[in-house]
Amino acid sequence: MVPRPWRVLGRRQETRDTFTLELEPVGGGDMRFGPGQFNMLYVFGVGEVPISISGDPARPACLVHTVRAVGSVTAAVCRLRRGDVLGVRGPFGHGWPVAEAAGEDVVIVAGGIGLAPLRPALYHLLAAREKYGRVVLLYGARTPQDLLYAREIERWRGRFDLDVQVTVDAATGGWRGNVGVVTTLIPGARFDPPHAVALICGPEVMMRFTIRELQARGVGPARMFISMERNMQCALGFCGHCQFGPAFVCRDGPVFRFDRIQGMFGVREI
Amino acid sequence: MHTLEPILAEHPFLKGLRPAQLQVLVGCASNVRLDAGQYVFREGEEANRFYILRAGRVALEVFVPGRGPVVIETVGEGDVLGWSWLFPPYQWHFDARALDLTRAIALDGDCLRRKCEEDHDLGYELLKRFAQVIMHRLQATRLQLLDVYGHAPAR
Repeated sequence: MVPRPWRVLGRRQETRDTFTLELEPVGGGDMRFGPGQFNMLYVFGVGEVPISISGDPARPACLVHTVRAVGSVTAAVCRLRRGDVLGVRGPFGHGWPVAEAAGEDVVIVAGGIGLAPLRPALYHLLAAREKYGRVVLLYGARTPQDLLYAREIERWRGRFDLDVQVTVDAATGGWRGNVGVVTTLIPGARFDPPHAVALICGPEVMMRFTIRELQARGVGPARMFISMERNMQCALGFCGHCQFGPAFVCRDGPVFRFDRIQGMFGVREI
Repeated sequence: MHTLEPILAEHPFLKGLRPAQLQVLVGCASNVRLDAGQYVFREGEEANRFYILRAGRVALEVFVPGRGPVVIETVGEGDVLGWSWLFPPYQWHFDARALDLTRAIALDGDCLRRKCEEDHDLGYELLKRFAQVIMHRLQATRLQLLDVYGHAPAR
């Protein structure tokens, strides 16, 4: 699959090492995607990297990606400026089950940059708010300076139909919010466990402990969905780099229903 | 006459205690209201109480010279605050400061230790509950120490 050229329309620094890029297709067009899907971003002459789509699915002509600079390709993506062009292949994979969650409470648990792939799901839920029960966002980050989308979170907190709880692992004097890991928000979160669907994304260890807490609240494994991350390269299930037991994360994921991978999730070698 | 018993009985930390045990706790309990910014206790002070939080939030802080107060944890509605009253030398190890207007029930540590010595069933029940709180906080602290967000790959 050949990358399509997209031009950088805007670039915003979210944290010390994380940037959000808004892209428009060179020559027009759009890209319809589902919340939780990802694209392969290609910086010409540098390389390609899988990045979740973090924009609004209702705005397919504007592609949004939030990227953390951790390697040579992601650092190159983060260095792009307005007007630069990069290649985009996608969208790939299976995303969050937002349609299936209709009529249920939805609990979104995000850790660190894990909020980025969940943001499209939240946009979708808020656009069709009447279709869902309680919607709860539990978001944890390392420090207050590492929170993504700070202004947007502030706006979300002001809504009466959305319960937003934010916590950080460490803070100094100026922070008046919660301090503690994101799992500590789960016992007090207001949702009905037997009728809740949980969407979870963050570092794998954070997701492991989140699943335990949600299970302790009574959320069943078939009602929990996690976004897995592996070394995705072809994004089509051919190369095998992202193999996860019998599944390929790029093709069968990145979002999995937890009961379907439960047996593999705890296997350290996979 | 209104007593604190129904409030204590409904709090997650004490839910399921027998009425007679709750009666004992009521004898050691008092209502507390803390304004935002007000200290609940300070490091080094005598730890002679613990708090059943009903509303609001409290930050546990440690003062680090050169950095000022560093918040290590926040607790809120449904949580319990303070276990130093249980163990010698009965001194607070951290500062606790209300972040919002906070309502709580304070339980007198001296009073409760005495009652627990007289009634080991009550003492065991409370210790089991405190052990669970301590276990959860320890697990959360270990996760915090992992710094899981520090080096996650890009998405």
